[in-house]
Amino acid sequence: MNSTSIKSRLAGSHGRVYWRSLGELADTPEFREYLHREFPEQASEWNDPKGRRQFLKLMSASLALAGVGACTKQPTEEIVPYVRQPEDLVPGRPLFFASAIPFSGVAHPVLVESHMGHPTKIEGNPEHQASLGATDTFTQAAILGLYDPDRAGAITNRGEIKPWGLFLSAMLSAGSQQKGRQGGGLRFLSGPITSPSMAEVMASVLAAFPQAKWHQYDPMSSDGARAAALAEGAVGDPIYHFDKADVVVTLDADFLTCGPGSVRYQKDFATQRRITEERKEMSRLYAIESTPTLTGAKADHRLAMKASEIEGFGRQLAGAVGAPAPAGPSARATDPASVIGKWVAAISKDLQAHRGRSLVIAGDYQPASVHTLARSINQALGNVGSTVTYGPSVEAGPTDHAASLADLVRAMDAGQVEVLVMLGGLNPVYSAPVDLKFADKLKKVNLSVYHGLYVDETAFLCHWNVPDAHPLESWGDARSFDGTVTITQPLIAPLYDGHSAVEVLTTFTSQPDRRGNAILKDHWTRAFAGGPWTIRSADGQPFKNFDAFWRRALHDGFIRGTAIADGGPATPLSVMPAVPAAGAPAPTTQQAATPPVTPPPATTTPPQSAAAGAQGGLELIFRPDPTVWDGRFSNNGWLQELPKPLTKVTWDATAWVNPQLARERGLEDGDVIELRYRGNTARMPIFRVPGHPQQSVTVFFGYGRQKAGNVGNAPKNAEAFNAFLLRTSDAPWFGNGLEIAKTGERYPLAATQEHHVMEGRAPVRVATLEEYRKDPKIIEEQGETPPRTLTMYPEYKYEGYKWGMAIDIGSCTGCSACTIACVAENNIPIVGKEEVAMGREMHWIRVDHYFAGTEDDNTVEAYHQPVPCMQCENAPCELVCPVAATTHSSEGLNDMVYNRCVGTRYCSNNCPYKVRRFNFLLYQDWDTQSLYPMRNPDVSVRSRGVMEKCTYCVQRINQARIDAKREDRAIRDGEVLTACQQVCPSDAIVFGNLNDPNSQVSKLKLQERNYGVLETLNTRPRTTYLAVLRNPNPELEPASRSTTEH
Amino acid sequence: MKAEPVYAPPPVIEPGHTFQTVTEQIAGIVLTRRHPYSWFFGLFVGFMGSMMLLMAVTWLLIKGTGIWGVNIPIGWGFAIINFVWWIGIGHAGTLISAILLLLKQDWRTSINRFAEAMTLFAVVCAGLFPLIHTGRPWLAAYWLLPYPNTMGIWPQFRSPLIWDVFAVSTYLTVSLLFWYVGLVPDLATLRDRAKSLPIRRLFGVLSLGWRGAARHWERYEEAYLLLAGLSTPLVLSVHTVVSFDFTIGIIPGWHSTIFPPYFVAGAIYAGFAMVLTLAVPLRALYHLEDFLTMRHLENMGKVMLVTGLIVGYGYVFEAFFAWYSSNIYEQYMVYNRMFGPYWPFYWALILCNIVMPQLLWKKSIRTSPAMLFFISMFVNVGMWLERFEIVVTSLHRDFLPSSWGWYWPTRWDIMTFFGTIGLFVMLFFLFIRVLPMISIFEMRTMVPAAKVKGGKAH
Repeated sequence: MNSTSIKSRLAGSHGRVYWRSLGELADTPEFREYLHREFPEQASEWNDPKGRRQFLKLMSASLALAGVGACTKQPTEEIVPYVRQPEDLVPGRPLFFASAIPFSGVAHPVLVESHMGHPTKIEGNPEHQASLGATDTFTQAAILGLYDPDRAGAITNRGEIKPWGLFLSAMLSAGSQQKGRQGGGLRFLSGPITSPSMAEVMASVLAAFPQAKWHQYDPMSSDGARAAALAEGAVGDPIYHFDKADVVVTLDADFLTCGPGSVRYQKDFATQRRITEERKEMSRLYAIESTPTLTGAKADHRLAMKASEIEGFGRQLAGAVGAPAPAGPSARATDPASVIGKWVAAISKDLQAHRGRSLVIAGDYQPASVHTLARSINQALGNVGSTVTYGPSVEAGPTDHAASLADLVRAMDAGQVEVLVMLGGLNPVYSAPVDLKFADKLKKVNLSVYHGLYVDETAFLCHWNVPDAHPLESWGDARSFDGTVTITQPLIAPLYDGHSAVEVLTTFTSQPDRRGNAILKDHWTRAFAGGPWTIRSADGQPFKNFDAFWRRALHDGFIRGTAIADGGPATPLSVMPAVPAAGAPAPTTQQAATPPVTPPPATTTPPQSAAAGAQGGLELIFRPDPTVWDGRFSNNGWLQELPKPLTKVTWDATAWVNPQLARERGLEDGDVIELRYRGNTARMPIFRVPGHPQQSVTVFFGYGRQKAGNVGNAPKNAEAFNAFLLRTSDAPWFGNGLEIAKTGERYPLAATQEHHVMEGRAPVRVATLEEYRKDPKIIEEQGETPPRTLTMYPEYKYEGYKWGMAIDIGSCTGCSACTIACVAENNIPIVGKEEVAMGREMHWIRVDHYFAGTEDDNTVEAYHQPVPCMQCENAPCELVCPVAATTHSSEGLNDMVYNRCVGTRYCSNNCPYKVRRFNFLLYQDWDTQSLYPMRNPDVSVRSRGVMEKCTYCVQRINQARIDAKREDRAIRDGEVLTACQQVCPSDAIVFGNLNDPNSQVSKLKLQERNYGVLETLNTRPRTTYLAVLRNPNPELEPASRSTTEH
Repeated sequence: MKAEPVYAPPPVIEPGHTFQTVTEQIAGIVLTRRHPYSWFFGLFVGFMGSMMLLMAVTWLLIKGTGIWGVNIPIGWGFAIINFVWWIGIGHAGTLISAILLLLKQDWRTSINRFAEAMTLFAVVCAGLFPLIHTGRPWLAAYWLLPYPNTMGIWPQFRSPLIWDVFAVSTYLTVSLLFWYVGLVPDLATLRDRAKSLPIRRLFGVLSLGWRGAARHWERYEEAYLLLAGLSTPLVLSVHTVVSFDFTIGIIPGWHSTIFPPYFVAGAIYAGFAMVLTLAVPLRALYHLEDFLTMRHLENMGKVMLVTGLIVGYGYVFEAFFAWYSSNIYEQYMVYNRMFGPYWPFYWALILCNIVMPQLLWKKSIRTSPAMLFFISMFVNVGMWLERFEIVVTSLHRDFLPSSWGWYWPTRWDIMTFFGTIGLFVMLFFLFIRVLPMISIFEMRTMVPAAKVKGGKAH
């Protein structure tokens, strides 16, 4: 990248300055050369072992086996023969079951669509407060995880397939050996457990083996938040209420996309910022953050600083609002005229003006001190109880994970661990801090049992491998972030020989070999009879009997009244008594036999020590990957191909640097750097990200996997792109002392969007709230709409329905859940990295991302715009198709007739929005029968040579039409939800009948911030957008920015 | 033999020829058993190219369009570039045969036969592409045709691709007829001169019983003139319709009213360049300097210069319109062509199509076969680049910056392109071996003896 050329380009432009990130590079010959060289002649076709074809071949091979697995004997208690057809089961109509997909132990409540016994699609549970109908990307992609052919297929002992019975007897004998020593050599390692039933089983195991220990480790969990919460005792865990917050300040917190509450938080946050005819106010968000996040992109003001400086800022803010700051390194006395001083002054003023209606949030990746600061500020501002409530943890026995794992490794090293049982696919060999040398220590364990969905890096080093059952295959319960107990029920018998974690754990109890169903039902039978829970039906009355309660719980997918807000308790880590005889009083909940919870260690490894440890160099920031997280989703092709927010890179991890730093070091996107940090090295291709702190480098976990599966395994040249190689236990999230060196190598990155500048074309229209209030025409004036008479043809009159969509990009956070939902709903294939690099990704709805602002400005604005088919009324694609394969329906849909398509691609060329996708090769796997059950039977599976695109989920419209006709009525507003609309946590996408003036979409389109993209072409798009409104603080908004044209 | 008057144009046939020498020299090329090694070499090159094409197309049918470099947003790549290029090349044949015939430009006689053959072969090469570029050629092969079917569905007549189907197939049919009708008297000549029976029989069948009777000649002249009249609008219409493929689209760089004339001029430009590219080596190879005189070459040079200037005018006005329209998309498109990532292509195009042909202003260059060949090669390349510009640089950065992309050909693109060149070369070398490449009977009318009695050639 040539800085002079950018500067001259910026200098020569008018109005609001847009700069390029990768687009910059676009103009350099190197990039063209790269594409030319890296993917010259269908590299994927020929010699790349990870090529798509190869992948499909392997997938089919493994799936062939999977099919066999699916035919194995089913557990007897589940089989219900179709002697008479079940009442609800209408062939062709799906059934929906409420369930939950746990993520790091916390439940994500879902409704699972099941066609003839095959789960095909996951939706959020609209009844559940943690979802309200939406899900995040990971939950959406769980359906592919279920059918993943690379899942562990059988119980093995040292590589040999063994039956469950043999495993059971091995565990029983290990248990009886340990019995004599009170379980002194018995250790369990799992992620956090919020499941009351599993916590009880764990408690009973620990009671039976008093010397045994349960260690918890989740590589991505926040020890900082946990330590701060534990320090507060019983009411330490915050739950935020964005619907009540007018001013929000984040201290490196990505509350919109990270964390178990993000789905609900997005919804509340969006509601609080949505300007409608009735609502004229919106909240204001200040993001003080290190690594740019989607939360920062939504912020009205964003200040970038090193991760280690966040605490100092928090202290100053605490001081400014008069909150007592806990002892710590004194805040730098900052000149009030300086940037920081100005920000602190402005934010504190704003916060104090909104006492009780403001909110300060500490980031999960910040140390405990920042969490304590945030709490202290919230208390000082009177926010506690309104915008934030503190309550007990939903985790059973919360503990410091880093310390817990370190404790385990110490014991392993000392030879004290004879039996180690790792539950829930933790994969510590890959993800444990590098200084613990987990893999080496694991060899000292006499008997290691690994339980997980995959035969991963850790499984390879363990004696016993027990395949986990997917949440869609197993019974269980877990609590959602708000504490509601959410039930997981199986939609399908285990495809492989899977057993849930609780089933494995139960082998150490006095009742080994209980099935998940029995464990769960038994637990809740006793809990219903008496326990810490207050079980009430929706109307607040107690249930008549257990069956009524249980049926309701399974139907709803959760147990009402168990939320923390409703007085739900902390998840008890204790054994409930057996069902008491009728009339017997419920025993006290806290048992004497409560096993020792590992106390939070006194030293919670504050980053200050880390900062002090190594001076000089750059700051290294660790983050979970936005799509594959810590590598647990590495083998999920949907998530791998989902463009990562802000960079739109797929299939790879990148190290983020500020463009300024890249310039100084002579680095360009895709240059591989060597990262040297505390004696460890890793490599990673860099990506320049505006708004990144200048002297920091962010690396993302989740890549460089070697035993992830055929999709997730890193190619040879990318094995070192593993951020875990750098992570040490003393600095889990950031630390100083990083040195980077250019290796001279280039690594091809496949991004779905190369150009992030709007080029003055205003596809995203923006105004500040102030401007919009003054003159609502400001949105309309940013584009040009030709008169409707500008056509030779008479206007078509839409009788009946006239479908349309409105997308509020002011609400859109760019989380990309819509893309994954669309992939799942519409049987969209993944194409692989090489094909993405050639520009052939198949996503029907993409999320465009634009930067605005100047490159070196750390308050970069970023906008996200979901782009499905616009369903133009004057569709340019329709008239150029020679065979009339794309035509207009009488309801205004731009229909695509796959059978008729011959693939001239003229329609795509002529589409100004470029939303059409073409099957350049046979992307769908047509051969593997076992993939069939995953596909939506209502949607055609497209073959090679055919164009496809968004249909507004026409299959759902038709389903609703059938229902409506049968009942002799019109389709109701909201009856048809497109997949993208249904999943959207921000409710940014609204679909409906434009002929109905009372439909939500019609009302939205009446708003003055409604506009169509490229309306000037007279395409008359049916999908229109609601412009972004920003709510900047006048004290911080540079005058020049607020008045610039867009 | 009387010398030509000084004011007359240079002769289109060198002095000293009689009916017999003309017939012998041209027919001899076909009827001899001995052929220069260069012919075998040329045929071999063409054959190998055709085999490469066969392989590339086979692989394409097995794997799919994805073996090429096309993507979203650049849905059309080499295939359409090559299609337009070949169609353009095909234009000179009809122009020379029909329009120059109607304008009584008798110098055309010595080049029209092989120019028409070139047209046919170019259209064959061109016609391949629209078919194989589709995702499902096995369906596209007939779904684009309006045939009655049980589905009761017709092609979409608003689509320029349908117009293309009609335009190109009409053009191919008329060109073939025109060429064949013009061949009939010569086929009879070959029949009469052939020594072996099977060849006599073959030419006998092909010559449709031509005996050279006055009535035959009369009907021939009439049919030929009618076909010429029919072909003339086709010269204008075919490339106009091809240009509609682009102008009907709304993509900046496509959506332009200047395209039809600019495409037609470009096609003639490219066609004459290709005629020169073929004529100059043939003339040397088969010692046809007497028939393909310097006057022919010079005239073709002049046509190239004129059409080249029209094309240049098109380039200038494309830029002007973009500026004058105040349309940011158009403006960016022009800016992007000149200074965007594909800038070398644009400036190479300007060099090949605008700068180099300016040499033709000089008579000494117009009359130097080597220089003409050299310049015509530039124009061939330049016209290909022009289509690259139109197809690729317009598509790769259209309206929404988020969907901007890149296009690079793969080995299969390149193999297919050079494969069609091979096919063209092979067909052409076969043609000059089995049919008279210059119209014998028309050349006979050029010899002075033909003008003695009637005073007029026609």
